[in-house]
Amino acid sequence: MGVAGMVGSPIKRREDPRLITGQATYVDDIKIHGMLHMAVLRSPYGHAHIRSINTDAARRHPGVVAVYTAEDLKGAVGNIAIAVPLGKIAEGMGARGALAEGKVRFFGDPVAAVIAEDLYTARDARDLIEVDYEPLPAAIDVEKAMQAGAPLLYEEFGTNVAFGMHPPTDEIDKVFEKTKADGGIVVKTRLVNQRLAPAPMETRGVVAEYRKASRSLTVWSSSQIPHLLRNILSALVGLPQHQVRVIVPEVGGGFGCKLNIYPEEMVSAFASMQTGRAVKWIEERSENLAVTIHGRDQVDYVEIAATREGKVTGLKIYGISDLGSYCQIFTDVIMIAFGFPVSCGAYDIPTIHLSADIVFTNKAATDAYRGAGRPEATYIIERAMDQVARELGKDPAEVRRLNFIKPDQFPYKAATGAVYDTGNYEGALDKALAMVDYKSLRAEQVQKRAAGKLMGIGISSYIEICGFGPKGSAPVGLYESARVRVEQSGTVMVYTGSSPHGQGEETTFAQIVAEEFTVPVENVMIMHGDTDSTPEGRGTYGSRTTAVGGSAVFNAVQRLKEKMKQIAAHMLEASPADVELEDGKFSVKGSPQKAVSFGDVAAAANLSNTLAPGVEPGLETTVFFEPEACVFPFGTHICVVEIDKETGETEIKRFVAVDDCGRQINPLLVEGQVHGGIAQGVGQALIEGVEYGEDGQLLTATLMDYAMPLSSELPHFELDSTVTLTTVNPLGVKGVGEAGTIGSTPAVASAVADALDVAHVDMPFRAEKLWKIIHQL
Amino acid sequence: MSVPAAFDYHVAKSVDEAIALLQQYGDDAKLLAGGHSLLPTMKLRLAQPAHLVDLGKIGGLSYIHQEDAEVVVGAMTTYTTIEHSDLLRRHFALLPEGTAMIGDQQVRNRGTIGGSVAHSDPAADMPGIVLALKADIVVQGPKGKRSIKADRFFTGMFETALQPNEIVTEIRFVLPAAHTGSAYTKLANKASHYAVVGCAAVVTLDHTGICVSASVVITGASVRATRASKVEAALVGRKLDEAAVAAAAANAGDGLNLLGDIHGSKAYRGQMAVVMARRAILKAVERA
Repeated sequence: MGVAGMVGSPIKRREDPRLITGQATYVDDIKIHGMLHMAVLRSPYGHAHIRSINTDAARRHPGVVAVYTAEDLKGAVGNIAIAVPLGKIAEGMGARGALAEGKVRFFGDPVAAVIAEDLYTARDARDLIEVDYEPLPAAIDVEKAMQAGAPLLYEEFGTNVAFGMHPPTDEIDKVFEKTKADGGIVVKTRLVNQRLAPAPMETRGVVAEYRKASRSLTVWSSSQIPHLLRNILSALVGLPQHQVRVIVPEVGGGFGCKLNIYPEEMVSAFASMQTGRAVKWIEERSENLAVTIHGRDQVDYVEIAATREGKVTGLKIYGISDLGSYCQIFTDVIMIAFGFPVSCGAYDIPTIHLSADIVFTNKAATDAYRGAGRPEATYIIERAMDQVARELGKDPAEVRRLNFIKPDQFPYKAATGAVYDTGNYEGALDKALAMVDYKSLRAEQVQKRAAGKLMGIGISSYIEICGFGPKGSAPVGLYESARVRVEQSGTVMVYTGSSPHGQGEETTFAQIVAEEFTVPVENVMIMHGDTDSTPEGRGTYGSRTTAVGGSAVFNAVQRLKEKMKQIAAHMLEASPADVELEDGKFSVKGSPQKAVSFGDVAAAANLSNTLAPGVEPGLETTVFFEPEACVFPFGTHICVVEIDKETGETEIKRFVAVDDCGRQINPLLVEGQVHGGIAQGVGQALIEGVEYGEDGQLLTATLMDYAMPLSSELPHFELDSTVTLTTVNPLGVKGVGEAGTIGSTPAVASAVADALDVAHVDMPFRAEKLWKIIHQL
Repeated sequence: MSVPAAFDYHVAKSVDEAIALLQQYGDDAKLLAGGHSLLPTMKLRLAQPAHLVDLGKIGGLSYIHQEDAEVVVGAMTTYTTIEHSDLLRRHFALLPEGTAMIGDQQVRNRGTIGGSVAHSDPAADMPGIVLALKADIVVQGPKGKRSIKADRFFTGMFETALQPNEIVTEIRFVLPAAHTGSAYTKLANKASHYAVVGCAAVVTLDHTGICVSASVVITGASVRATRASKVEAALVGRKLDEAAVAAAAANAGDGLNLLGDIHGSKAYRGQMAVVMARRAILKAVERA
């Protein structure tokens, strides 16, 4: 592999050979001598009092080592702490212990854990536990849950509303009045962003091993956040941080649902501390669908005002976030902290009014799922822009163009307070329109409609906020870290605090290092996921890893490069200022024959036999990078659909995406992220949705009932990109992990509404729903 | 990870041995063919058989060949084998066509025609296909072999005419008359990919293009694969142009004991039976 131009090169992922040949190690591959197995008994009700639990028969079952209930954990295991509390939720409301105490609040709420010699025994004994429940009416519909008289999850607080935000409306009222007085319009709409299951291919899993002699706990977990998990778990089980080690082996997908701490991690750690033996728990698929966090689930009342020309003058959103039953670590902030700041999307909207209620219901907790708040915000503004266009009889592309924040307006301070770094929204729109040949497409639509066919074209011009985060954006600094060591052999070891789990940073980080050190990418090793060997980091989520973690790697390399130049200068009897690194050689400017290789300098530094006096041996440094600001990727997605009038089935005929994530370290991986993102976004639009019965029963408890798209059901994605560098990190990179999910859903929604020639249809666009609309049933 | 409850595992070396095991364990025993319906229900512990009799090691139950005027398919023949059989493709287009729509490749590599027929899942594709082709289902029990007409075999939701100690060993398809066409259409459940509604249609035309016989079966919509007799009656004796087929198919929902769930209401399933029937019949006519 060549060296120059490594950044920007579409090399294949180095992770893949081990992953696709079955040689990777996942949590379930961890086997420890004497390891015990855990099975968790869960509530079959959405809401019930626990009158009593009888574990006698389970305890007596041969092979069972222990059975735990909330009673056993009292004083030993703490409650899950909210990472970024909004600060106004009453103390104790939504608080979650590892096992339910006195009451269960959602289908699947863990009630007891059986620890046994093998999994089969644990599972058999689980059936022997007798729980006497007193079923209660459940609060399922979030708007009904807010009303007086609704069943209460936390009776002592007298309401299910955890927090409300209702600022005065005078300013937006005036804007709406003036717009109307000037002949403009105000369009109102209610939008539902349905509840989704992240459903990664690998479910969650944990192995906890406590060694009594050293009082040390090692936890293997399928997680996105090794350090946060160690820090939180050590506090919850009462061990000093240095006595807890978290190892994250291979992770088969996270999508945000592994950016959390869960009861099973707490109970297995407790069980290992009690028994002195390792304890394993691997989540069942149906557990995954029921108890791992869900995403989205938001109802929004939206009003948008625009002039006759289509220039938006004001936006008002009242959002209701369905929290589910408990606060997991980001549950309360998804809508308000991650969604609301980007409410105006790609548009210059002078006045924005945001109000909110966040509400508990008898469902699984919601939390971060690919995009976390931003897909919802994008969906709101994009559906609203479409409705402005429809109301005014204007082309949706042109209404967008008219309202875009212009390239010369950056950095742009939105009315929400967010400061956008860089962007060229019209550039991405124009490119996408050219790719679909928009004019011809609209002409084709006219013809198809005349022939009775339901063809629709949908546009979504999205922006995203990512690269969290700047100082003060959270109670703890959201930095990343890199420890880089150049070894005697010239091999570069990189220990990152980030925790890639499918994003491919073992490849892209190596590309950054290879480019900067001008060494072959094969000579760069990227290590991650072990709190004992990697410096403190915040993990991989929110499309932040390259922007924040990659920048830490880049800066560490620069630091070492300077030291290597000094050493090379001594070897070359030149001044460090005159030494340059090119093609794996340090040479003196102007006389390239006077050179020492990268390997020679690495050897000199590590052998320390030719170093100048006073030069510290070794080549190792640790760098922390805390961004000064967030980054704002953007793009335009265009979707073309045809709906079968007879069945209501939607077929995506074309899907064009132009994404701008700043500099691309590896375009192949960017494309891969966009592919997966679009697939998940299309899934939400067309078929996905977690459904509960009114009594709180989960109706989508297996993959026989919870639908996700197959690759064979997706069209060929036509992709392109623009490149607008960010100024907030040294790499100029933004982020692309969530962009596909954020941009695609509104494009499909827009296309379906366009095909049906209606203002709006709520997702998912399942065949029967559209069939009823088509036939006005 | 989900694991089943304890069971004893028996490997039958012959059909006779499997029958003997069934006689010995009665209701406590379950037969294991491809296992792709049974094992998931065992892992969810919805089924907890005490004895599992594996048919997979019995030789000679997987074959497709012609015997005089019939094509015979061994009960343990996998979907994948059926999907790629030239003999079946030549004579019964809908059999490989419908089989290719079952589950995914991994399921088709394991799932068997005999297993699906014996299971009689209301949303499965194979019972509808077998019924439309008016196959004979050969079963073997303690008293020997007998043959059951498909029309008498599927009796209800997960219910068949099989006696407790009988095993499906073979499915026999009579070679079609000249100018016979067949097709399978399916509106799939997007999660399970089982049929919300499926239609298997077989039509035979005379040399003038008049329909001389028709076999139309709706699956998925109701408690079991069901023959749409009114549709068939409306097809026979007519020239099957689009209007005639549409008129006949309009009866496809009649008499069905419709199911309704989150994947399709009763009303939707009833109407989709009409749509799927029309599409399947038109395709069959085209192939006749």
